[in-house]
Amino acid sequence: MNKPAMPNSFRTGPDEQGMFGIFGGRFVAETLMPLILDLEQQWNKAKSDPEFKAELENLSTHYAGRPSKLYFAEGLTRHLREVSSAKGLGGGAKVYFKREDLNHTGSHKINNCLGQILLAKRMGKKRIIAETGAGQHGVASATVAARFGYPCVVYMGATDVARQSPNVFRMKLLGAEVRPVTAGHGTLKDAMNEALRDWVTNVEDTYYLIGTAAGPHPYPELVRDFQSVIGTEARAQILEQEGRLPDVIIAAVGGGSNAIGLFHPFLDDKDVRIIGIEAGGRGLDGVEHCASMNAGAPGVLHGNRTYLLQNADGQILDGHSISAGLDYPGVGPEHAWLRDSGRVEYEPILDDEALEAFQLTTRVEGIIPALESAHAIAHAMKIVPTMDKDQIVIVNLSGRGDKDVHTVAKMLGMEI
Amino acid sequence: MTTRIDRRMAKLKSEGRPALVTYFMGGDPDYDTSLAIMKALPGAGSDVIELGMPFSDPMADGPAIQAAGLRALKGGQTLVKTLKMASEFRAGDDETPIVLMGYYNPIYIYGVDRFLADAKASGIDGLIVVDLPPEMDEELCIPALKAGINFIRLATPTTDDKRLPKVLENTSGFVYYVSMTGITGSALADTAKVSAAVKRIKGHTALPVCVGFGVKTAEQARTIGASADGVVVGTAIVNAVANVLGPKGEKTADPAEAVATLVSGLAQGVRSARLAAAE
Repeated sequence: MNKPAMPNSFRTGPDEQGMFGIFGGRFVAETLMPLILDLEQQWNKAKSDPEFKAELENLSTHYAGRPSKLYFAEGLTRHLREVSSAKGLGGGAKVYFKREDLNHTGSHKINNCLGQILLAKRMGKKRIIAETGAGQHGVASATVAARFGYPCVVYMGATDVARQSPNVFRMKLLGAEVRPVTAGHGTLKDAMNEALRDWVTNVEDTYYLIGTAAGPHPYPELVRDFQSVIGTEARAQILEQEGRLPDVIIAAVGGGSNAIGLFHPFLDDKDVRIIGIEAGGRGLDGVEHCASMNAGAPGVLHGNRTYLLQNADGQILDGHSISAGLDYPGVGPEHAWLRDSGRVEYEPILDDEALEAFQLTTRVEGIIPALESAHAIAHAMKIVPTMDKDQIVIVNLSGRGDKDVHTVAKMLGMEI
Repeated sequence: MTTRIDRRMAKLKSEGRPALVTYFMGGDPDYDTSLAIMKALPGAGSDVIELGMPFSDPMADGPAIQAAGLRALKGGQTLVKTLKMASEFRAGDDETPIVLMGYYNPIYIYGVDRFLADAKASGIDGLIVVDLPPEMDEELCIPALKAGINFIRLATPTTDDKRLPKVLENTSGFVYYVSMTGITGSALADTAKVSAAVKRIKGHTALPVCVGFGVKTAEQARTIGASADGVVVGTAIVNAVANVLGPKGEKTADPAEAVATLVSGLAQGVRSARLAAAE
C-alpha cells in the first residue's frame, strides 16, 4: 500500500468528488445519484445557514442534553496506577471519559440523528428510513422521527432483532416500524442493503438517515460534521480542566462515527496520539472478528471505497464481535485514509478484553459502558499503566451499556 | 471500432425488430448447469446475453436475483469462473454479444487492467456495473472503452434531461433504461410512461435504448418492444431456474430446458412487437 503524502492539514477532506485519498466516493446506482447530489447541495447550504445552526444547537442543548461531560475517571485511574505499581513501573496516566452515554437515547447516535432530521425537514421529505445493528441508531432515528412527526422504517437484521429485543420494543413504542431483514445473512450489512433497496424504490419522498460515517458522499462528511461536536467539546473541556491537550485519545470503531467525531477536531494537534479500536472478536487469525483495517483490504461496498472484510473473489464476509455495534465488515472512508496516512493508529481488542473492561468500569466507576465503548476502555487499560502520571488519556464513552446486559450475562454464564 | 453488440443491434434494426436481451446468473446453481443455460439461449431466441456476476451484497436487486447470486456463490462461482464460462461459450458462438453485469467490488479486487485483458480474451463485449455512475468513470468505464469493451450505462426515471448528457457521455453499445425506481423483479411500471421515457432518451442519443426491470412475460416484452430497441428479461429467467430446484437445491427438471422454453415465448413476443417509431 502506497503511503499518501503527508498533507498540511488532516482536516480538509473530502475533496469535491467526495474522496479521502483513494477512499470514499459515490459508488451508487444511477437512480440514487440525483438524490445524493441534491443532499450534498442542501447540506452545503445548511452548513452556512445560521438558522440551521441555531436550531441544531438549541435541540442539542435542551433535547439531547449537550454538552456532554468530560469526566475524570478517578476510580479507573487509581486502579490502573495500582496495576502500574505492581509491574514496577510506578506510572499510570489520568483517564478521562467523554460521557456520550449521558445523552438522550443513551449514546452519541442522537448527535447525527438530530442534524439529519433537520436536513430532511429542510428538504421537504415525508418519510425516514434507517438501518441498525444493535439498535442504538435505530432508537435514535425513531426518537427524532417521533419528535418531528415523521413515519419511520428501521431495517434490522433478523438475527439482531432476536437478540436485541428491548431496543426493538423501544423503536416500536416510538412509533417506528421495524422490518427484520432475512436477506443475505440477516446482519447489519444486509440491513443496509435493504435500506438502500427501499431508498431506490421510494426516491420521491424518503430520506435515508445513515447512522455511521460511511456510505456515498456526502454521508461520511455530514455524519462526521454532526459528530464532531464530541471532539470540539472534549478539546475545550480538557483545556479548561487541565490547561493542556491530552496525550492520547481513544475511541471504538465500527463504522466509526463516534471515533471520527472525537478525532476530527484533534487531527492537526500533532502531539496528540490518536487510536481507533476495532473489534478483534475471537482473534485476527480466524474469521471471527470485525477488524477491517487490521485484517481487511480496500474494496467497494455501500457507496464508498474503504477497508472491507472480503475474500479473494471480492465477496464481502460477515464479521463477528461481542458488540453488535462493531459488527460491520467495513469502516468509514475517512478512517481508511487516516490509517494509510499514518495519522491514526488502529488496534484490535478481543471480545474477552472488552468484557473485562466492561466489568471493571462498572465496578470501579459505577458506570455501565456499552460494549462498543468497553473496547476503547480495554485499550486504555493496556497502555495507561505504561504511561507517566502526568499524562492524560481521553476515552470516548460512546454509549451506555444497559442494552448489553443480556449479552454480558450470557457470556458470563448467568441467568437473568 | 464496432463490437458484436453494435453489429447485432444494427442487424436487428435492419430487420425492424427489437432485441431480446436475456440475463441469467453465472454459476447458478452450478457451473456446468449454468454453462448449459448460456449455450441454450441463442437457439431459444436471445439476441444479447447478459451474464450475471454474483456478488454477496447486490443492493439493486430483488429477492430472486439475490437468491440466485447466493446459490451461485455457494456453488463455488467466482469471477475467474464467470470469465471461463464466457470463453467456453465463445468457442461455439462467435456472434452473440455477451455483456457482463454485476457490481464493482469483485472487478476491483480482480484488478481492473487484468480484468479488462481477461474479459476481452474471453469474448466479452460489454459491461454493466450497477454501482459505477458517470461520476466514477475513471475507475472502469474509460479503461474499458480504451480496451474496446462497451460500457453500458443505466438511465433511470430519476435521470432528468439535465443529467442525461452526463450519463450518455461515455456510454456505448446501448443504453439500458431502468423502467422504474426500484429493484430488479418489481412490478412493471406504466408502459405509456416507459415509452415516453424511451422517446426522451432517444432525443439525446443515437444509441439503441433497451428497457429492463419488471419485464416478465411475452406480452410485456411485446408491449415494451413496440417502442424500445430492446427488451431485457432477468428475474423471470432466474425464477425459471429456481422453479426446477428442490428444497435442497436438487434439480427436479432440466434448468436449461426450462429457461429455453421461457425464452422462446419471450422471443415470440419481441418478434411480434412493432416498432412504433419509424426511424
